[in-house]
Amino acid sequence: MTSGMVGASPRRVGGHERVTGTQHYVADIHLPGELHVKLVTLDAPRARIHSIDTSTAEQMPGVVTVLTPDDLPQPIPRFGPQFQDRPVLAVEEAKYHGEPVAAVAAETSEQAARAAAAVRVDHEVLEGGVFSVAAALDPHSPLVQDPSIRTGNPLSHTNVLAEHRYEWGEIDDSTADLVIDEKYDFPMVTQFAIEPHAFMAAPDDGGIEVWSSVQHPFLLQKTMASILGMPLSRVRIHAPDPGGGFGGKQNPKYEPLVAFIALRTGRPARLILSLAETFQAVRRSSAEIRLRTGFTSDGTIVFQDFQSNFLIGAYVDIADRVVGKSNYLAAGPYRVPNVRIVARALLSHTTPSTAMRGFGAPQLGWARESNIDRAARQLEVDRLQIRLKNLARAGEEFIPNETPADGDWAQTVERAAKLIDWGAPLADGAGRGLAIGLKSGPTSGLSYSTVRLLADGSTVVYAGTSDMGQGARTIFAQIISEELGVEIDRITVIMGDTARVPYDQQTSASRSSVLMGNAIARACADIRRQIQAKVAARLGVDASEVLVELGKVQSPEGESTIRDSLAMALGPLGGEFTGLGEMRVEGDPDHPLGGRAVFFELHCAACEVNVDRETGEIEVAKYVTVGDVGRALNPRQVAGQDEGAAIMGLGHTLMERVILDETGRIINMGAVDYRILTAMDVPMEMVSESIENADGPGPFGIKGVSEGGLLATAPAVSSAVTEAVGVVINDLPITPERIWIAIREQR
Amino acid sequence: MKHIVLTVNGRKHSDIPGGSFLLEVLRDHLELTGSKMCCVEGECGACTVIMDGKSVNSCLILADEADGAEIITVEGLSDEDLSPLQGAFLDNAAAQCGFCIPGQLTAARALLDRNPSPSRAEVREALAGNLCRCAGYEQITDAVLDAARGPT
Repeated sequence: MTSGMVGASPRRVGGHERVTGTQHYVADIHLPGELHVKLVTLDAPRARIHSIDTSTAEQMPGVVTVLTPDDLPQPIPRFGPQFQDRPVLAVEEAKYHGEPVAAVAAETSEQAARAAAAVRVDHEVLEGGVFSVAAALDPHSPLVQDPSIRTGNPLSHTNVLAEHRYEWGEIDDSTADLVIDEKYDFPMVTQFAIEPHAFMAAPDDGGIEVWSSVQHPFLLQKTMASILGMPLSRVRIHAPDPGGGFGGKQNPKYEPLVAFIALRTGRPARLILSLAETFQAVRRSSAEIRLRTGFTSDGTIVFQDFQSNFLIGAYVDIADRVVGKSNYLAAGPYRVPNVRIVARALLSHTTPSTAMRGFGAPQLGWARESNIDRAARQLEVDRLQIRLKNLARAGEEFIPNETPADGDWAQTVERAAKLIDWGAPLADGAGRGLAIGLKSGPTSGLSYSTVRLLADGSTVVYAGTSDMGQGARTIFAQIISEELGVEIDRITVIMGDTARVPYDQQTSASRSSVLMGNAIARACADIRRQIQAKVAARLGVDASEVLVELGKVQSPEGESTIRDSLAMALGPLGGEFTGLGEMRVEGDPDHPLGGRAVFFELHCAACEVNVDRETGEIEVAKYVTVGDVGRALNPRQVAGQDEGAAIMGLGHTLMERVILDETGRIINMGAVDYRILTAMDVPMEMVSESIENADGPGPFGIKGVSEGGLLATAPAVSSAVTEAVGVVINDLPITPERIWIAIREQR
Repeated sequence: MKHIVLTVNGRKHSDIPGGSFLLEVLRDHLELTGSKMCCVEGECGACTVIMDGKSVNSCLILADEADGAEIITVEGLSDEDLSPLQGAFLDNAAAQCGFCIPGQLTAARALLDRNPSPSRAEVREALAGNLCRCAGYEQITDAVLDAARGPT
């Protein structure tokens, strides 16, 4: 039984603020006496720093301090979510274009910018940086990382940060009728949240307050406490809703730097990056993937043999986890008896890569699905049928010791095929494509929530999730509305302040509806148990005679709503009910990823394109996205996530690429030279649907969504382009130039 | 320093210092932070406002160029109640992270003021300068068309 909030699409909680301009993002908040910070960087990807002369800058109007490495604790503190390798300021050597080597704090942002330009950094540009996979694997290349950071690691004298090997079956003994052996290239792209990253810090009576557009406020709290030597209780993180995150805002970046400035000057300090500066702060890992796939003549997959090289950048951030986690699922949602995956995380003199929507899965899906397409064409098997033939069935253990297939995946794929009119006749120059994406959700997790049911029946919920557009506030309010029978507009969702909300591990991997959602549902159940006990006590009956569920109280006195029962349940002193909820998924130390997938995101993309043979231009006439979501708790928000992800995926498919010049500098920083899709570029028709079998682990059977929509975009479009004009492209993005050249070469 | 006169959301301000960009005047001087700062090179549209009836990128307009102009920002699109356009954005779930939405709304308002019943293609074209990385383009376009059709 439901009260109607499951599957409803109420207006977004926080929507009113967003359409009136009253939503306060970090840059909209000002602190009294604040200083403006500007980073000092070098226009070179790699340079040895001899000395930093701040004397001129310090004399300039408005300048309060110029922070150099010498002003920091020694050795310079390093931090990171996986390895403690990122220094607060560059240590002796700048390792990527835009790495901060010093920072200026001044009374105005203009004064800070002028003084930053006047800081003289005596440096020597070092030739021969590592900007490509080939260079990273070349034993003659310089080491990106100081070997002392990982003393004792046999790889510390190479640029291989880590090599992940996964293997099952007997790949070397496998025989196949057809082996497809290809190399695929997935370029560097950037998250491009429209809100550039923003950071503030203020001293707070022996502690520190930090404001950041961060996805993981509690990880940031831990990092700050560790670097500053403060107890967690003295570190307060304010995390206003980010203006888009897409993974780029998961982990600490410049918060420690801003905090040192605030502590040094005794004044609040703010650093608002420009969009161009965010290009130097975060990106998605590029990848070169060689994939051998063996098939029998009927299209059954016999083996998959991956060699994946991910170029992760100068500091690890979360990139090694991206490589390890995504590659574990490289073979996709298919039944593959023999698999070998060798995946390397390679250090380079480039912007540190971090999480980005899909977390490595789009790179691997590009190779895997493209190989399947090639096999289908060579074997003359339908591209849909070859996938259905190999697709794991519900409950099937398609990876040894991993969570079995957690949905009717064929239903998803067949629905997408139907929506794109698979097999219907096509006009000249038109083609259809279809591809499947798979991503593991979280492999462990811990979320707490507090729900307060106040005396008038209105409700406050506290959650450590960050709402960066995915709509977590609305989802949480819907869960409470359903569980306690409270109208949405009488629910207040408190998030984004570690001094107010209980611990949550992080906002990532499309986890929050499931993990925090369960914590909230449990807090509501806790409240219902308390109401039951109180009502029973007041009536002098056994608790078993009182039933509290879904907003209703049934007792020997009759039935009423929870709201109408509150006065009696609370008694003459009034007060409130406070429910606590905990959702804990322990990992498994023996699992290669530290735990099994809590759920999978399985998505099918299908599209129809028109390609102009003379110009190579692609027009996406229709795009279909279907996800296996368990339940669409809020169908409008699910559609927004799926279509938004698909359009972001069309970006890396058709146009996006961070370009480095021959010296390793980024040459297309910003919105002019790095194109993302606009309203004019979206497909002429978009259809998004959800498969709902209530088979997920979250409240009401939901699974996570938010990333699935871009997992299979590139191979689906590529497949359609091949059908339209006969050329096969292995390197993204699929630009008109690449198609035009391929058509010319084909003739 | 020369002082600039601006009418912003119906209120006249005659003490605006010259020499800075309109976006900075709005955000820092008038504390109207609804208009957002992103690319600061006129490409993303997050700073879009209506100036004398036309949607402009306020990051590229010098305050001196705007002397005497009438400016409408997102804060000026509604009084106590939301405007139908804002309501349509909510009903279509067009605002996700919300950072681009002030710019989308002002660009859409300027479009509807000069063309009360635009086609879908005209809406897409009018909003092509307003980037949305959540990529709610379909929902935003639907919202503008709903607002143009009026209450149903």
